[in-house]
Amino acid sequence: MDQSETFAPLGARRLLVLGGIGLILIGMIFGDIFAVFLLHQNAARVGASLSSAAHAALAGDGAAVLANFQDVGGFLENRGTKVDTHVHMIAFGYLALMLALLAPWITLSADTKKWLAWVFLCGSGLLPTCVFLIHYVGLAYSPLKAIGWASILADLGGLLVIVAVLWYLVGLGKCFFAPERSAPGNDLPGDRSPSGRLLLAGGVFLVLLGFLHGGYYAAVDLHRHEALDYSILLEISKGAAAQSAAAVERGLAEYGQLQGDKAVKIAAHAHIIEFGLLSMLLAFFQPYVNLHETWKRRWAFVLLFGSVLLPVCVLLELKYGSLAGGLADVGGLLVIVALLAMWIGVLRYPGQLDAGGAA
Amino acid sequence: MSAARKILLLGGIALALWGMSYGLWYAVFAEHQALEEIGSSLAAGFGGAAARNSALAERALQQYQQAKYVYDRQVDVHGHWIGLAMVLIVLGIGLDRLTFSERIKAILSMSALVGSVLFPLGVLLQTVDHGNGPRALAVLGSALVIAALAAFTVGFARKPAV
Repeated sequence: MDQSETFAPLGARRLLVLGGIGLILIGMIFGDIFAVFLLHQNAARVGASLSSAAHAALAGDGAAVLANFQDVGGFLENRGTKVDTHVHMIAFGYLALMLALLAPWITLSADTKKWLAWVFLCGSGLLPTCVFLIHYVGLAYSPLKAIGWASILADLGGLLVIVAVLWYLVGLGKCFFAPERSAPGNDLPGDRSPSGRLLLAGGVFLVLLGFLHGGYYAAVDLHRHEALDYSILLEISKGAAAQSAAAVERGLAEYGQLQGDKAVKIAAHAHIIEFGLLSMLLAFFQPYVNLHETWKRRWAFVLLFGSVLLPVCVLLELKYGSLAGGLADVGGLLVIVALLAMWIGVLRYPGQLDAGGAA
Repeated sequence: MSAARKILLLGGIALALWGMSYGLWYAVFAEHQALEEIGSSLAAGFGGAAARNSALAERALQQYQQAKYVYDRQVDVHGHWIGLAMVLIVLGIGLDRLTFSERIKAILSMSALVGSVLFPLGVLLQTVDHGNGPRALAVLGSALVIAALAAFTVGFARKPAV
């Protein structure tokens, strides 16, 4: 087997694996920093602006109501760009790992695949970085009236990713629809090492748990939350119209509780499924993690344990406050450490499997 | 390539492309209008309260509730179609590790694909029909996905026969 088709140093597949895990790592570290230093402060500002709008309504000041809602828009934009940075970096990491898995089925030359891997990784780094900068750069020195330089460069990053993925898809289509083709040499999907089995079965189980939790949320909480969202806002506005400060304060407190309850349930659902998918993807690359099998099993276990701990503790955050929040951060840290260990293992991989394949 | 793998890989890629196309259409033609309606109706609700006009406030908040109901579902559908497509593709790649017969693999793959299409579709249809039909479709879709995932978990966890 041509080594460039498998896992050559700086070949397309290794670039995508190292780059993909690297993007997920940076995205997760950024997410942790965002959660600890920015998320709650930003939520507090949004809550304060909503409270000010309600008090302005109570005082009969329509102009102040509008001004406060504009402030809410600004805070939400700040929060939105941070969340987008976190989400896009991790999603591009997943996509890089999937492309690495599909690499042997992509009928393109090794050089083209490698070049496309660089294009993909450059775009994947550029887009989230520039999305993060949108809030700070604004419209400074921009040639356009409504779109700033950070948005323009973020779009360029997205375009690079799209070009690379479409090109890879053309290569995949060539393989699928070719009239005669030899079976591609793909040694990863068939590997049945214990660490790979643990990660794959554990990953599917996490996705299943996330799905069950989502189903429970939809059946029990979703409609109740939607009805409460309306009834509490109505209670606040009626209280303000009737100049009842007590009703406004009660409504604001209930609204804060409701938003917190919604946020933790949705975050737990999303995180457990994302960690499950990550675990499934990493399962395939275990043959290329150059660590002793015992350590590979340990790191797989650490990753799965952290993947359960984080969403469970996020769910418990409303009841147990910062204790559960701290444990959730520990869960995130465990996933990060396990991921870093696997990334180092892939970096150390000398190529025995490829040599075996060639023989 | 086995039938089960074709179902999962080609179905997953098609579903991802469908989900992305839907997201693109939504972002260009519908999202900004939806967000504008949510923001303006909420502000109008509080503005009505400031003007001591409870009827106006209630009407505006009802408009907010309806706009948000539709917006939440439309965004969820986009995310779920693409997320499920990724799960299907990864399952398709790892199908060799599943310790079941080809026939069972094909049934499970079809169940996962049909469920992944129907579940978000049922959620989307709730925006035009508040009856039980769309809900039943969403429940059926999610049940198919859950059953398939449970079977995949068992199949992947089992030790392969040496």
